[in-house]
Amino acid sequence: MRTLKFILQKEFRQIFRDPAIIRMIFLLPVIQLIILPMAADYEIKNIQLAVADHDHSTYSRQLINKITASGYFKLVDYGNSYRQSFGEIEKDRADLILEIPQQFEKQLVREDASTLFIAVNAINGVKGGLGSAYLRSIIQDYNREVRMQWIQFPKFSPEPTIEITSSNWFNPLMNYKFFMVPGILVLLLTMIGVNLTAINIVREKEIGTIEQINVTPIKKYHFILGKLIPFWILGLVVMTLGFVVARVVYGIIPVGSFATIYIFAAVYLLAVLGLGLLISTYAATQQQSMLISFFIMMIFILMGGLYTSIDSMPEWAQWITRFNPVSYFIEVMRMVVLKGSGLADIKQQLLIISGFAVVLNAWAIYSYRKRS
Amino acid sequence: MPAVTVDHITKTYGTKKSIVTALDDVSFHVEQGELFGIIGPDGAGKTSLFRILTTLLLADKGNAVVDGNDVVKDYRSIRNKVGYMPGKFSLYPDLSIEENLAFFATIFNTTVSENYHLIKDIYEQIAPFKDRRAGKLSGGMKQKLALCCALIHKPTVLFLDEPTTGVDAVSRKEFWIMLKGLKQQGITILVSTPYMDEASRCDRVALIQGGKILQINTPEGITQQFGRKLFAVKSANMLDLLHQLKSINGVQDAYPFGEFHHVVLKEGVDNITMPPNTVSKEVKPDIEDCFIALMKNNG
Repeated sequence: MRTLKFILQKEFRQIFRDPAIIRMIFLLPVIQLIILPMAADYEIKNIQLAVADHDHSTYSRQLINKITASGYFKLVDYGNSYRQSFGEIEKDRADLILEIPQQFEKQLVREDASTLFIAVNAINGVKGGLGSAYLRSIIQDYNREVRMQWIQFPKFSPEPTIEITSSNWFNPLMNYKFFMVPGILVLLLTMIGVNLTAINIVREKEIGTIEQINVTPIKKYHFILGKLIPFWILGLVVMTLGFVVARVVYGIIPVGSFATIYIFAAVYLLAVLGLGLLISTYAATQQQSMLISFFIMMIFILMGGLYTSIDSMPEWAQWITRFNPVSYFIEVMRMVVLKGSGLADIKQQLLIISGFAVVLNAWAIYSYRKRS
Repeated sequence: MPAVTVDHITKTYGTKKSIVTALDDVSFHVEQGELFGIIGPDGAGKTSLFRILTTLLLADKGNAVVDGNDVVKDYRSIRNKVGYMPGKFSLYPDLSIEENLAFFATIFNTTVSENYHLIKDIYEQIAPFKDRRAGKLSGGMKQKLALCCALIHKPTVLFLDEPTTGVDAVSRKEFWIMLKGLKQQGITILVSTPYMDEASRCDRVALIQGGKILQINTPEGITQQFGRKLFAVKSANMLDLLHQLKSINGVQDAYPFGEFHHVVLKEGVDNITMPPNTVSKEVKPDIEDCFIALMKNNG
């Protein structure tokens, strides 16, 4: 116990003496939490629209007005040739072309039907896909309006119509920041846990101090605990800092209790630190450990359910996310922050993360033994 | 009881295709309170031997006992009572002199003041800089700090792996004086070095080459065993002279040695006619001459 106390004293002294680490721990998370949620907006806005209008009628102008008034589209080119509009796409000035045929209005009035053509620049798939979907729904809306004007309403409508209204539970304003901030906080915590632990231990290998430590009576578990405890504490401090930022900047106050989040985070950090420890046993230099953790973090982030919904992944990919601790914490964070779930609701996730913590740490300690 | 006993230790590195034998059936022992030198060129196996004796590495074959404890079975008790100073500086560069020393004292469950008498002479030289970070010290000061840290828990056996490599001539001399002082305090010291001229400062030395021990003796004993006549020869054209010397009958070996060439005569030959226009004198062999002779005999 006494030995552990001295090791911890030394570790904290080293951590607080390194200005780079201090900045990385305290400044970067705050900056990221302020910048990322503002920039990482799910809604696609400013879609550049080029219109090739061969009709130049009242209806066509009404339609274009309706589209631009939606706020999603910016009319960058209005002309009467498809070729000209396609030139805009080629120059990357337009994302979508809407072609309105000749006689659009006449056909609509006489034959009750007309066709419109949408061409999508699919280089940015998300923008193209969402853009054409928005455009389609606006046109449908327009279509309905046109029909409404024509239909003579009888007393009882001959066609039954179903009108859909929806209400957004747990995030009534669909504020995506409520959704992003807790998730980004999880990523920050993971990065700090994995990277700092791995680099710190590998550094001891690089400068040779681990040899010097090994010839002393310090036991392996003293050494490992001496490395894990400081970063465990720092992780919780960073999370607290993150919640302060979330509160001050975004006004996010968890619906559920902080105690639930901290209990889960405490276990989660054990798992993440175990991963850092594991990386450090396999890496011989700081570069190696950086590269390994970078690779793992990429997968964790992209398959964690923050940027793409796990439910929309193919089934094999969903299986992979089950081995990604980040996905559980993001889920729990959202459940507690938005829905107010308690310990009983996150029992399953807590158990799984405990499993991660046990397996990763056991593996790390086993491989640490074998290699020294 | 000897302080260190090494018994048929063999250590190889690498896998089937490229096996490097670092230590090949090495045996020796070191008496209590002895200053024992292990002398050999780079790659001779010195560091491997030290790492085995300090329980950092497992030998393939053979066993070793340090201060009555087996290096494999009782490795824990060895770690409590030996001091090890690796060849590469390996203290915390971001901690100060004082903090490094205090840290190593506390993890051995002791304090700096308890064993201060051991390090006093050395520590006083670096004490004016005690608040400076270890990474910012000069080479000589780093080495003194490392020695202090290796000594602070009052080890019974001290292992110094190439402590004088990369240190200037004056600091090297000082360092050997420090070691003499430690020896007087009753600490057994094993020191490895690639510098032949440092051999004479040890009580006994082991000459090691290619993982094999060539000879173990006192420095005087080794030079006495040379058993042949040795001349130092010099002329205006040293390269031609070397070829001429090698072709003379009765010469066993000739090699450059500082500003002279050293000529070893065959056993029983007392004198030879030196080439014209040369200055020659008979000299006493030193450790380096012995090492070269032993190396050529074994190779």
